[in-house]
Amino acid sequence: MNNFEYQQATTSVEAINLIENHDGSRFLAGGTNLIDLWKYNITNPTELIDINRIAELSEIRELENGGLRLGAGFKNADTAYHPVVEQKYPLLSKAILAGASAQIRNMASNGGNLLQRTRCYYFYDPEVPCNKRVPGSGCPAKEGYNRIHAILGASEHCIAVFPSDMCVALTALDAVVNVAGPEGNRSINFADFHRLPDDRPDLDNNLKPHELIVSIDLPEKGFAANYSYLKLRDRHSYAFALVSVATALELDGDTIKEARIALGGVAHKPWRSAEAEDFLRGKIANAESFALAADIILSGATGYGHNDFKIKLAKRAIVRNGLMALNPESQLPGAQPSA
Amino acid sequence: MDLNKTVGQPISRLEGKLKVTGVAKYAAEYEVDDLLHGYVVSSPITKGKILNIDISKALRIPGVKDVLSHENRTKLAWFDLQYTDMDAPPGTVFKPLYDENILYNGQPIALVVAEDFETARYASTQIIFEFQQETFETNLRNNLDKARPAKKGFATALKPPPPPPTGDFENAFENAACKVEAEFQHGTEHHNPIELFATTTVYEGKGKLTIYDKTQGTINNQLYVANIFGLHYKDVRVLAPFVGGAFGSGLRPQYQLFLCVMAALHLKRNVRVVLDRKQMFSFSHRPPAIQKMRFGSDINGKITALGHSAFAETSNFEDYTEPTANWSHKLYPSPNTLFEHNLVPLDVYTPMDMRAPGGSTALHAIECTMDELAHQLKIDPLELRLINYSEMDPSSKKPYTSKALRACYLEAAEKFGWSNRNPEPRAMKRGNKLVGFGMATGIWDAFQFPARVEAMITKDGRMVLNNATTDIGTGTLTVMTQIAADELGLSLEEVDFQYGDSKKPFSMFQGGSAITSSTGVAIVVAAKALRKKLLRKAAEMDASPFKKAKEDEVIFSAGKMHLKDQPEVFISLKEIIASNKGKAIKTTNLGKPHMLKLRKYSLATHSASFVEVEVDQDLGTVTVTRAVTAVAAGKIINPKTAKSQISGSMVWGISKALHEETIMDDHLGKYINANLGEYHIPVHADINQLDVIFADEKDDLINEIGTKGVGEIGLVGMPAAISNAIFNATGKRIYKLPIHFDELI
Ligand SMILES: Cc1cc2nc3c(=O)[nH]c(=O)nc-3n(C[C@H](O)[C@H](O)[C@H](O)COP(=O)(O)OP(=O)(O)OC[C@H]3O[C@@H](n4cnc5c(N)ncnc54)[C@H](O)[C@@H]3O)c2cc1C
Repeated sequence: MNNFEYQQATTSVEAINLIENHDGSRFLAGGTNLIDLWKYNITNPTELIDINRIAELSEIRELENGGLRLGAGFKNADTAYHPVVEQKYPLLSKAILAGASAQIRNMASNGGNLLQRTRCYYFYDPEVPCNKRVPGSGCPAKEGYNRIHAILGASEHCIAVFPSDMCVALTALDAVVNVAGPEGNRSINFADFHRLPDDRPDLDNNLKPHELIVSIDLPEKGFAANYSYLKLRDRHSYAFALVSVATALELDGDTIKEARIALGGVAHKPWRSAEAEDFLRGKIANAESFALAADIILSGATGYGHNDFKIKLAKRAIVRNGLMALNPESQLPGAQPSA
Repeated sequence: MDLNKTVGQPISRLEGKLKVTGVAKYAAEYEVDDLLHGYVVSSPITKGKILNIDISKALRIPGVKDVLSHENRTKLAWFDLQYTDMDAPPGTVFKPLYDENILYNGQPIALVVAEDFETARYASTQIIFEFQQETFETNLRNNLDKARPAKKGFATALKPPPPPPTGDFENAFENAACKVEAEFQHGTEHHNPIELFATTTVYEGKGKLTIYDKTQGTINNQLYVANIFGLHYKDVRVLAPFVGGAFGSGLRPQYQLFLCVMAALHLKRNVRVVLDRKQMFSFSHRPPAIQKMRFGSDINGKITALGHSAFAETSNFEDYTEPTANWSHKLYPSPNTLFEHNLVPLDVYTPMDMRAPGGSTALHAIECTMDELAHQLKIDPLELRLINYSEMDPSSKKPYTSKALRACYLEAAEKFGWSNRNPEPRAMKRGNKLVGFGMATGIWDAFQFPARVEAMITKDGRMVLNNATTDIGTGTLTVMTQIAADELGLSLEEVDFQYGDSKKPFSMFQGGSAITSSTGVAIVVAAKALRKKLLRKAAEMDASPFKKAKEDEVIFSAGKMHLKDQPEVFISLKEIIASNKGKAIKTTNLGKPHMLKLRKYSLATHSASFVEVEVDQDLGTVTVTRAVTAVAAGKIINPKTAKSQISGSMVWGISKALHEETIMDDHLGKYINANLGEYHIPVHADINQLDVIFADEKDDLINEIGTKGVGEIGLVGMPAAISNAIFNATGKRIYKLPIHFDELI
């Protein structure tokens, strides 16, 4: 039998010590991704360090700088329905609620959400090559069925996409990830947390070995007046995004003071374009401006055959979601396109 | 006289509470002592040979009992005839662990048997295989050059090849005033019932086995096991009282049954084998198909040429056929026809019947082609159907036993509000959404199989019935109880219909929407015989007022037999049995289709589906906002369970049109979305208002109870109706199912 050890940590320091001292150990949060990968024989931990009892990880609290700290162990559902999140960061709430199912969101933790792995079919099948799973073995997705794959930032080694919805909103909101590790604590800007595949597709993010995500900080600015999350997928719930868009706007009348646009389902990390956002500053908030921004965001996009449609779809999604952000009431359950 | 009729009443499922409270037991849930667990090892390669298997490491794992493979399995009857099952298509039945050859990806290549499931599963990862890989072909389109007609065999009786050409099709099509030529395609679909395929075999000793199996046919699997393993069929008992969905996948014994029984006999132990979800994609499926359509009409819409050529996948070892090209001419008259159904053998497992096999495939192509014809002719699509309406079956030139399709069209159109349709694509809008209306016709078989029922009245005045059929979730138990209760004037509580057991009198597998007509008719026949016996017994009693009564002079009500003309004269069933010294009065009878009479008729159920879709004008997302399906299927025994069948089928139709597809990677030769997270079926958010209408269709010819079956017909028209609605909304005719926004933006 595939035996493994199981330990419960009650502090972050304890968790880090435990993981440092045992090769092949993993943190266990909600387990909704880890256990699946284990069942599929893609990961084989020899030790689980349960971090669900660490008090520090399960808090959610307002910060002195006006921001909000989301504990890594706090559940996705509890986060989405938290009154401060609903009022100040409704974009985050909507994005979380567009993901997975109610049952999974009840189990899933905020930290685990950041570290969930790609849904690439080939990654999930240990019988076939995959550079992300077995570096150097190849990437069957490029010639295979790549409808769900990347159009931006891919490399010859990997065209997988990062599947999270929550992280698309966190990217747009300029969240900061606080981690603790053997070498001390550090904070990582959300944009730098996940990485592009380059020649190391096995690495999804810039977390160092044995580092523990402790919390995620949201800055004060929540864009509660003009925001929208739009998710396009093959059914109206319980499917991963083929394209998703998180849009947050700060307006002065109908002029854009600040715009944030993040895309999900199109790259190895949530995608933002500083150039497009600069372009929008000072423009009238209308379909035309959003369409021009969309062209900038997708200027380097390439398809691999089955996913060519994503380029056009993403452009249109950016425009629609911009309009939806002007009227957040137009958002529908499941982050469907406005009526 | 109050004749307590239950037929026609919306009775809730009698076993519903057992199911929703978890009391109902499924094949993998029986508690059995000293049980061993088998885990199937599936081939990671698509075609080739196993050169070597090293099981030494696996065998050393504590708890592992054995690893069975082609190298060490029991010797068996490998003769095809003995190996076959009732639903086997022409060819050579797949034999698990037969030899070193790998015929398809996911093929079972070994069974690990251990003290518990987890140990068996872990040990399966410790077997070292050496393979020799060969090139394979899995793509239908790339292999159309291999297309050929299906071989004929046993199965041809239920699935006849298309009728021969009539008239001069090429000429007629060429010269038609209006013609449509189009090619339709859909991908592979897997049944994916929620209950995993599973078998629990109880080794009773002395060559006897009791088998709890997931199946749609207890006797089919009993005979299969007995034949292969050389057991007396009476020593093999297959039980399946509850089945967690099957949709056709249980019409043939699946490999977990074979492997489980083999292990039980080999180890002389009780064994359970449960497949996992990925393995649920390793056997039967609906084959992908390409259909080339050519329909021509005169200027008034009268069809002059019907051409339908289908190309469907099959395996390299069996010729599975689903009737496709047969359907259009059963609906629409045409003097010139050309129909073909061709198979393309590929390196996959044999496809199999999946809810409305052939019908749902064919009517998608037929009814989308009709819609295009209507569009070009500028005739309303419903009007075009009525212009070509036929009371008889034009393909066989026989009258239908009944056909209330016209009522289906009209009632569903009325309920739907079809008259509000704007025929111009992109003309109806609601905010960001393009709105489209679409309709399509459905047609499906009305089968009846022979069935045997034992019926008795026991000393407490209850009626007990026995038949081997399953209840795959369709409401079989409930409708059989209703039919029987009415026949003997009893309440539902006084009837025990016992089923799901191969020891009981014969039933075919539960497929083709046939069981209500099959077992239902047998119940009516048996009940008649039983009434006769009861009357005879009553007449024998001292001073019996029934001495001279004939069968049609008595009636049964509330547990009593009465003289029809003098209802105050009666005797209770209990008293009759008491006079039989308390011994139950029994009869066993065969119900069967009246072949001689029915040969002169054509038999079919019909439906009409009307659908409204909203398509986002920029983003292409599709929502079926409402749908109405009217069904003509003879008598409806239970409007509640029947409605569930139709609305469930409508959801299935939405799934087929918009969601469902198993994706084959042709480079790897394997399905890559073999799990329920990525094999999409609709969720609640995808389903809106669904209305079901049953058209009044009285059929005194078809069988004793006038039923035709409702398990599949509700699905048949839906995919085309949705495609047609999307065309009306967007002006885009999408030929491939499922339809995603990829093609709509
Ligand atoms: C069927 C299905 C559908 C889904 N659909 C969606 C969807 O539509 N959109 C979406 O966004 N998501 C979706 N999800 C993914 C879901 O959101 C993630 O599985 C979940 O967020 C992971 O959280 P968890 O706490 O369960 O993580 P776990 O499975 O416990 O952990 C995941 C990984 O993170 C590590 N880890 C966990 N916490 C920490 C920490 N604090 N510090 C360091 N490492 C840590 C673990 O060791 C593990 O490697 C879906 C999942 C499933 C199963």
